[in-house]
Amino acid sequence: MKLITGNAPHLRSKDTTSKIMTDVIIALIPALIGAWYFFGFYAFFLAILGALVGELFELFIMRYLRKDKNFVPNGSAAVTGILLAMNVSPATPWWIMIIGLIFALGIAKHAFGGLGMNIFNPALAGRAFLLVSFPVHMTTWYKPALSFSKWVDIQTTATPLAILKEKGFSHINVSYGDLFFGNRAGSIGETSVLLLLIGFIYLVVKGRIKLMIPLTYVGTVFLMSSIFYFANPERFGTPLFHILSGGLMLGALFMATDMVTSPMTPRGQAIFGVGCGVMTLLIRYFAGYPEGVSLSILLMNGFVPLIDRFTQPRIFGEVKS
Amino acid sequence: MSSRSWKEFSKGFVLENPTFVQALGMCPTLATTTNAKNGFGMGLAATAVLVMSNVVISLIRKTVPEKIRIPIFITIIASFVTIVDLLMHAYVYDLWKTLGLFIPLIVVNCIIMGRAEAFASKNNVWHSFLDGLGMGLGFTASLTLLGSIRELLGNGTLFDITIWGKAFNVFIMILPPGAYLTLGLLAALFAFIGMKRKERGNNK
Repeated sequence: MKLITGNAPHLRSKDTTSKIMTDVIIALIPALIGAWYFFGFYAFFLAILGALVGELFELFIMRYLRKDKNFVPNGSAAVTGILLAMNVSPATPWWIMIIGLIFALGIAKHAFGGLGMNIFNPALAGRAFLLVSFPVHMTTWYKPALSFSKWVDIQTTATPLAILKEKGFSHINVSYGDLFFGNRAGSIGETSVLLLLIGFIYLVVKGRIKLMIPLTYVGTVFLMSSIFYFANPERFGTPLFHILSGGLMLGALFMATDMVTSPMTPRGQAIFGVGCGVMTLLIRYFAGYPEGVSLSILLMNGFVPLIDRFTQPRIFGEVKS
Repeated sequence: MSSRSWKEFSKGFVLENPTFVQALGMCPTLATTTNAKNGFGMGLAATAVLVMSNVVISLIRKTVPEKIRIPIFITIIASFVTIVDLLMHAYVYDLWKTLGLFIPLIVVNCIIMGRAEAFASKNNVWHSFLDGLGMGLGFTASLTLLGSIRELLGNGTLFDITIWGKAFNVFIMILPPGAYLTLGLLAALFAFIGMKRKERGNNK
């Protein structure tokens, strides 16, 4: 008998980065088509632009700055580009989008070591950079046009969360149905909870995303906002409103679950989700910005190495000291 | 100028740049570089103190007892900082007002303490003078560069002269995160230059 010896790993998965990224892009498509319908073609165009420029820029970084001749585009930069587009206002000029993307990929991703090494979610870091750099463009919101053909001729309005913060819950003029289907002002990809959920279910069925973070995140928001609701409904709003409005669904389903920037163990993921939920509501209730999803996820991203250390699984057979 | 003197003078600009390579004096670097003028003023004030303190410390280096050298250095530096502070108050009042607390804080600036401890207390007066001048001008150049980049991107002006004005403002650049970003990128650039020089030296 002839024995063949080989090096580990012996168990291989057929998954590759580009396969996973393709699945994520497929999952984002419903929300993008929704954005096209609600805010006109320009919103959709920004996402396509983000994907293309992202891939080209990453190719440039890998080939010419990091001098990796074997680099083949794997789709991760396209995902970052699409997610960044989904996180900005439909009023964002295209060149601001590109600046945000250069920051996201150049600083937040490749300066930290590239795919798999970045501490902060690149798309959210790009959004935070843009929010501070171009506050006017980033907080101009369009009223949904409800037609695929609109390009300009659009009315600006405040987001429901901004109305809650400035005037109070009774002034909000959108129904829960509008919030769920996406007929409200907001970032390009965040408005339609329904379309985001469709994409998310696809990813869960494909086994790309674990449910722990979204469940603990949304669950924490629900529990905490219930408590605050009983304290002062006019100021704090209802739990359902908090779950459906803002970027919570986009954040909980697609941003917080990013494989690179979330904890590895289920216990760690639960801590991460709870932290995100608490921080989101604290920012929404008490801080200067009306919305806190992106900032809370970025903040918890910074805690991930610590959480991973804290929740390290016990090695099999080892006795607790 | 002999080659040794030239070396002591020029090392502060790129190879041992106090800001980007040694990462000293970060507090004024980050806080005062919101525009080019403030950075330049801060750099010059620190340079003046650095040159004078280096010369005096080098003069007394043989008489200072080893154990109490740090308090003595600080006393000398503090005297010069007071002089510079009062002079700036008298002659460049606006700059003095914007820099505010950061002028008195030159006393505890790591570059000045560092050069006193690492160089002036071991070398002769001429070399200490050149070292102080080189390091100080290197610091000034770094701060001016940082300030220029931040002012240009964040405000569209350079030394208060409008370049493109309000047409393109990356607001974050004049906020604290912009200071960290620019500093990090420039430090990376200097590390890259140092690496290239070393490579070239090895090839020779």
